[in-house]
Amino acid sequence: MITAGEQRAGSAHYGWRDWLSQRVTAVIMLLYTLLVIGIVMWHGGLDYPVWKAMFASGAFRLATFLCMMAVLFHAWVGVRNIAMDYIKPTGIRLAFQMLVISVLIAYAGWTIQLLWGAP
Amino acid sequence: MPALDRPVVKPRPVYLDLFAIRQPLAAVVSILHRISGALLFLVGIPVLLWGVQASLESPETFAHYKAVAAHPFAKLVGLALAWAYLHHLLAGVRHLVLDLHVGLDLQSARRSAAIVFVLALLLTLIVAVRLW
Repeated sequence: MITAGEQRAGSAHYGWRDWLSQRVTAVIMLLYTLLVIGIVMWHGGLDYPVWKAMFASGAFRLATFLCMMAVLFHAWVGVRNIAMDYIKPTGIRLAFQMLVISVLIAYAGWTIQLLWGAP
Repeated sequence: MPALDRPVVKPRPVYLDLFAIRQPLAAVVSILHRISGALLFLVGIPVLLWGVQASLESPETFAHYKAVAAHPFAKLVGLALAWAYLHHLLAGVRHLVLDLHVGLDLQSARRSAAIVFVLALLLTLIVAVRLW
């Protein structure tokens, strides 16, 4: 049973923003996927020198970083939606969401480290 | 009754035995979109980061990474992730097209759901053939 109070409490207006960001990040990932497929096909396969040369390019590193940030943001919106649907107790849900945020921020750090860290 | 406790919708009996209801294909594609997304978050992102790191370090670690990835169990994980990625990507593109108000009628929506479902499996099959 949904009461008028509950219905009002649910209108924080972040829905349309997440709807949009989920699509913008999706398009970024789609373009990056096509870019990588294009580069690999251009070289006619993938071996260590090609792989290394790809990541030696500053532009490719930046594109990879952009795509990874899109992945992490996209994952946050998606996993939060799943949590809101299935984890009913508020405390457990918030604890789970904090854990997810921590993991995603750690992944962002890992990404920076492997793109621009010491070789 | 206080205004905020007033029911918006009258409580009615619901029948939601998910295993007894025959789900339309679009619903199957939708729940698989969610499951594949969860799989990509839980397994895909860490495996991807580890794989890129291990393979970039040196020719030796690249060879080691290839050897680990050649293990039958690693191939199975890779294949599951490949399916998850392909299904999630194709179902996502379907969403983007529907958002443009293309293919909204029932018949087109059913057909596009079938295309997503089958194409993801076909492309996964190609990945499997290339892996083995």
